[in-house]
Amino acid sequence: MTFQTFIFYFLSVVLIGAALGVITAKNPVHAALLLVLAFFTAAGHWLLLQAEFLAITLVLVYVGAVMVLFLFVVMMLDINVAKLREGFWRYLPMGALVGLLLVAEMSLILVSRSGGFGDVAPPPDLPAGYSNTRELGLLIYTEYVYPFEIAAVILLVAIVAAIALTLRKRKQTKYLDPAAQIAIQRKDRVRMVSMPSEPRADTRPDGAGPAAEGKQP
Amino acid sequence: MSAVFQPIINFGYWLWGLLAAVLTWVFGVELAPYALYVIKILLLIVCIVVPLMLSVAYLTLWERKVIGWIQLRLGPNRVGPKGLLQPIADGMKLLAKEIIVPSGANKLLFVIAPIMAIMPALAAWAVVPFDPEMVLANIDASLLYILAITSMGVYGVIIAGWASNSKYAFLGAMRSAAQIVSYEIAMGFALVGVLMAAQSLNLVEIVKGQQSAYGLFGWFWIPLFPLFLTYLIAGVAETNRAPFDVAEGESEIVAGFHVEYSGMTFAVFFLAEYANMILVSMLCALMFLGGWLSPFPASWGVLGQSSFLWLLLKAFLVVSSFLWFRATFPRYRYDQIMRLGWKVFIPVTLVWIIVLGAWMQTPLWVWWKS
Repeated sequence: MTFQTFIFYFLSVVLIGAALGVITAKNPVHAALLLVLAFFTAAGHWLLLQAEFLAITLVLVYVGAVMVLFLFVVMMLDINVAKLREGFWRYLPMGALVGLLLVAEMSLILVSRSGGFGDVAPPPDLPAGYSNTRELGLLIYTEYVYPFEIAAVILLVAIVAAIALTLRKRKQTKYLDPAAQIAIQRKDRVRMVSMPSEPRADTRPDGAGPAAEGKQP
Repeated sequence: MSAVFQPIINFGYWLWGLLAAVLTWVFGVELAPYALYVIKILLLIVCIVVPLMLSVAYLTLWERKVIGWIQLRLGPNRVGPKGLLQPIADGMKLLAKEIIVPSGANKLLFVIAPIMAIMPALAAWAVVPFDPEMVLANIDASLLYILAITSMGVYGVIIAGWASNSKYAFLGAMRSAAQIVSYEIAMGFALVGVLMAAQSLNLVEIVKGQQSAYGLFGWFWIPLFPLFLTYLIAGVAETNRAPFDVAEGESEIVAGFHVEYSGMTFAVFFLAEYANMILVSMLCALMFLGGWLSPFPASWGVLGQSSFLWLLLKAFLVVSSFLWFRATFPRYRYDQIMRLGWKVFIPVTLVWIIVLGAWMQTPLWVWWKS
């Protein structure tokens, strides 16, 4: 057993354990965190296949961004676990049937020789100057440039749609426009009125009024 | 100089040979190289982490001193000569304190959270080069690796806030997570500019791309000036430092996500924050300020030579500016932080990436790798 095989089996055990944990964990936050672990371990598998760019991108996108937002939502949900599990025995036969069918289909393809997955040779050792990132970039921006751009446009449409669905003007909002706040002038707020001075009503000519009492000797 | 160290180096080689012999005897010929490799990597990791932890400790002292001077105070000066043992005393105090787990807290996640916070702060150093040769793992996509690993730091904050079973902690975690995720986008775009200018994702190549006959005018801070500023400010926001520290706004939510943490668990969050600060400054020095290259032309003798010390000096200046920011600016309001991140930085970086792309097609671009 080489060192690589050992790493492969170690990662696989962790990956399968984490994936099982995702569907069996009672607490949804635990399930989300186990999913993070599963993604991270899958990135390790890709590193073993010498696809370091994809591995790092998996961590960057799924672990660093998608799952953070996911966790955000899951933490703020008030989930009643007991209620979620209510119909478990009623749905079990149907769910088990679908699950078994999936397993059967997958094993048919993976085991059969014609599927091409029977014996996969390990990836060949790459030359020292080989850059996974550069190769991927060359392929994406030359051969697959149209599918790539179409995918980008679809994502853009999804972003615009998501914003359009949630955007609503609220009447009671007290939002202040910072640019307007900064651009305010003195004359917009204060009006200077020029008035002639008048003698106070309580100042008597003899100096015995209340204004004189506060006077220092 | 080298004559003095030669016996020590020879002794080191002898010790290494002895270790190899012992390992071959224990593991057999087949597995011994792997074991030796693991030990070598572990030793190198210790060589990075120990100085890092020491600099974190003394950065806290430097911060208290600098802020003291700015506010016309002396800063800590009681423990040891000129207060130099203050970080040690702080560490001892935190080690001796009791770790309290709040009632109703999720005990496992409560303990895991500080670990999740410090793990990425340390793991990112694996690819940071200190010299063209001195780097633990000189991988091809090191910039991407740093981006991926540091993006995991937010888990420590979120898990800490959720597992504490406290409303203050949860609010702090929500604020901090939203802030980190938003500024990460601007930071990522700033890095896109760097990799366009350097034509590489490798940090060593990025520094080499800034080498020129003109000293500091060859560095990327000139052509990428808006991205440099964005990176610096986003770096302050990413590490939850003042003036972007609403995540631990004392006046509103006590201390944010780590309000329930005491003793060593709190200290680990603290270490992670300062290690991240040093990391951001180091990356800033590497990507925009020429790394180990000298700011002076090569004809200036010793001053013109590129050296590891230049990198340290630049990182030190950047990290000191973080402390200066903290002593100068009042805390941003939460909606202002979000506005700055989404409506100012992201458009600025996007526009500059397009400008950069056009600029690089013209003869006016003089920063090609020499």
